[in-house]
Amino acid sequence: MAQLAVFVLDTLYSVAVLVLISAGLGIIFGMVRVINLAHGEFLVLGGYSAITAHGLGLNIWLSMLVVAPLVVGMFGVVVERLIIRPLYGRLVNTMLATWGLSLVMVGGLNMIFGNTTTGIPLPVGGFSVGGYQVSGYNLLLIVLAALQMFVIWLVLGCTRFGLLACGTMQNASMSAAFGVNSSRVYMLTFACGAALSGLAGGVLAPLIGLTPGGGANYIAKAFITVISGGASVVSGLVASAGLFGTVSQIFTAVATPIAGELALLVVAILLLRALPSGISGRYFRNRI
Amino acid sequence: MKVTRRRFMQNTAALAALGAAPRWAESADNIKLGSVLDRSGIFDAYGKPMDRAERLAVENINAAGGLNGRMVEIIAYDTQSDMALYTQYSQQLARRDRVDVVHGGILSASREAIRPTLRKNNIPYFYNVLYEGGVCDRNIFCTGITPAQQIEVLIPAAVGRWGKKAYILAADYNYGQITAKWVQHYLEQQGAGAIQTDFFPLDVSDFSATITKIQSAAPDMLISALVGGAHLSFYRQWAATGMNARIPMASTTLGVGNEHIVLTPEEGNGILVAYNYAQSGNSPANQEFLSQWGAKYGAQSVEEIHEIAVSHYQGILLWAEAVRRAGGVERDALITTLESGIQVEGPSGRVTIDPVTHHAVLDVHLMELANQRLKVVESHPQRQPVDTQTVCDLKKNPDDNRQYEIGI
Repeated sequence: MAQLAVFVLDTLYSVAVLVLISAGLGIIFGMVRVINLAHGEFLVLGGYSAITAHGLGLNIWLSMLVVAPLVVGMFGVVVERLIIRPLYGRLVNTMLATWGLSLVMVGGLNMIFGNTTTGIPLPVGGFSVGGYQVSGYNLLLIVLAALQMFVIWLVLGCTRFGLLACGTMQNASMSAAFGVNSSRVYMLTFACGAALSGLAGGVLAPLIGLTPGGGANYIAKAFITVISGGASVVSGLVASAGLFGTVSQIFTAVATPIAGELALLVVAILLLRALPSGISGRYFRNRI
Repeated sequence: MKVTRRRFMQNTAALAALGAAPRWAESADNIKLGSVLDRSGIFDAYGKPMDRAERLAVENINAAGGLNGRMVEIIAYDTQSDMALYTQYSQQLARRDRVDVVHGGILSASREAIRPTLRKNNIPYFYNVLYEGGVCDRNIFCTGITPAQQIEVLIPAAVGRWGKKAYILAADYNYGQITAKWVQHYLEQQGAGAIQTDFFPLDVSDFSATITKIQSAAPDMLISALVGGAHLSFYRQWAATGMNARIPMASTTLGVGNEHIVLTPEEGNGILVAYNYAQSGNSPANQEFLSQWGAKYGAQSVEEIHEIAVSHYQGILLWAEAVRRAGGVERDALITTLESGIQVEGPSGRVTIDPVTHHAVLDVHLMELANQRLKVVESHPQRQPVDTQTVCDLKKNPDDNRQYEIGI
C-alpha cells in the first residue's frame, strides 16, 4: 500500500516536472506561434537568478518563486521587442533567431557565472509514507505544477486579458480592428511564457547541478511534451505530460533510468505517428 | 624583381624560419611539462585544484634551481570537461609544443583518449588520479590509488559496521563499471553481496525514482561510485528525503571533488571513504605543503585541496626526482630510472613507483565525513597495487599496451 502511494507520488512528480519545464514553451509556441529554441536557456537563466538572489541574502522562497520568473519575464520583454517582433508569422526564422539567442545566452552565462556547477540546498526536508521516506520538495513541485496549470486556465478562460490574448492569436488583424493593441498583447503573452520558464528554472535549481549549458538537458523533453500535447495550452500539456511522466516512471521503476528516458521517446514517436496534430488535436478540440 | 619559383621558395623558407626562431630562442633550455586538465565544465571541481597543485609543484622545483640546471615550463590546456578536446590537445602537445612529459587527464575516458597519442610520440605520460586500475603500458605511470588499495580497505570496514546487503550506485562509464565489479568482488570476499547495481549517465541529476527503488530494496548500506557535478544532486536528494539517517553510505569518489565541502554537514555526515591523502595528516611534508598552498592561493583555498590534487602534486615530484637522477628528460633513460623504484615523501606520505606495473605503492586512510571534514578512522601504510600486479608485468612484457579488466 505504502509502496503504491510512493509510486503514485513519484509518478506525479515526474509529470509535474514535465509540466513545469514545458508550460513556458507551450504558451510561446501554442499561442504566440514562435518556436523558442532558447527555451532551455530561459530555464537556466531562471535558475541562476534564483541562486544569485539567494546568494545575495534574499529568502530562498522569494528567490525561486518571485525573482526567477520576474527576471526571466523582463528578459522576455526585451527579447520580444528586439528579436521576435519583426519575425511573427515566420516560423523558421524565429527558430534561427532564437537558436542564435540560445548560443549568446550560454556564452553570456559562461562569462558571468563560469562554466561550473552551482546549486542551492533544498529548503524542505522529507516526510514518511508508511515505511518510506519521501522528499517534501517533490510534493511541493506537484502542488506548484497543479496550481500553475489552474492559474493559466483561469487567466485564459475567465479574464479579459485571456480573452484578448486568445482573440489576438486567432486573428490579429480582426482584433486590431476592434481596437485591441495586438502588439502589446503579443509582448505580454511572450513575457508570460518566459516568466513561466523562469519559474521552472528557479524551482528546479535546488534539485540539479546548474551549468550554463544545462538547458540542453531539458529542451528536448519540453519540445516533445508541447508538440505531443498539441494546440491546447492547458489540456494538451497536462495530457501529454501525464502520459509521458507515467510511462517513463514505470520503466524507470521496473528497469533503469535510461530505459525510462527511452520509453518516453518511443511513446512520443508512436503518439505523433498516430496523432500528428497532438493529443489535443483530436480529443480536446477548441478547449484551452 | 622577377618572382621565380626558386626565389619564392627561398623567401618563404626564410620567412618561416624567422617565424619559428623566437620560439626556439625563448624555450631552448626549458624542460616542457605538458598538462591537460578540466579546469572548467562539470569536472572543474576535480581539475582546478589539480592545476593549482601542478603550478605549486613546478614553482617549488624552479625555486630550487630547476632540474639539472634547467627550468621547468608548463604548457597547459583546459579541456573543459569535453573528451573530444583531450584528443585534440594531446596532439597539439605532442606535435606542435613538443613537450618532454605530459601530466594530466582526470576521467578514465580522458586518459584512454590521450594515452595512444603519447605512446606513439614517445612522450612519457603521468596519470595522477585515483582510478579503476589495470592499465599496463610502459609509457604511462599511474600514481593514484586503485581499487585493491582503496576498496579493499573501504568495503570490509563498511560490511563490518553496517551489514551484508549493499546497493551500488555508479557512474555509467569505464570507471564506474569496473569499480562496481571491484566492489562486488570485495563484498563477496566478506560474505556479503550487492542486491542491486544501478548505473547513471554523467548528466543524470534527478534521482527521485532511484531513491524509491533503494527504499523498496531495503539494503543495509549504499556504495556510491557516482562522479561529477550532476551526480552531486544524488546526495542532496537522498538527504532531503531523510534517508541518510536510516541507510548509511560508503563512497569511492565522494570528497575527491571536495563534495564534502559543497554538501552541508547534515547531508554529508557519516559517509565513509578511503583515500591516500588525509588533510589532517601532521607529517612535516604535509604541513609544508599546506602552508605553501595557503601562501600562494590564500588561506581560504586550502580546504579545496583534495585527493587527486595531491596525487597530481606527487606525480610531478616523482617525475622530477627521476629527471634529476637520470640527468635529463630523454624518454628511455627516464623510464629506466623510474623503474629503479623512485620514491618521494609527499604530503600524503611515502609514494614509491612499483617497477613492475608503473603504479604506486602508498598509504591508505579510512575516513569519515564529519562536519565537512574528512576524519581519519584507520590508517593502512604502504599498500601495494596488488590488483594491477596480478595482470601486468612490464618487466616481462615491456611492449604490453592495454587496460586489463582485472581478475573478476
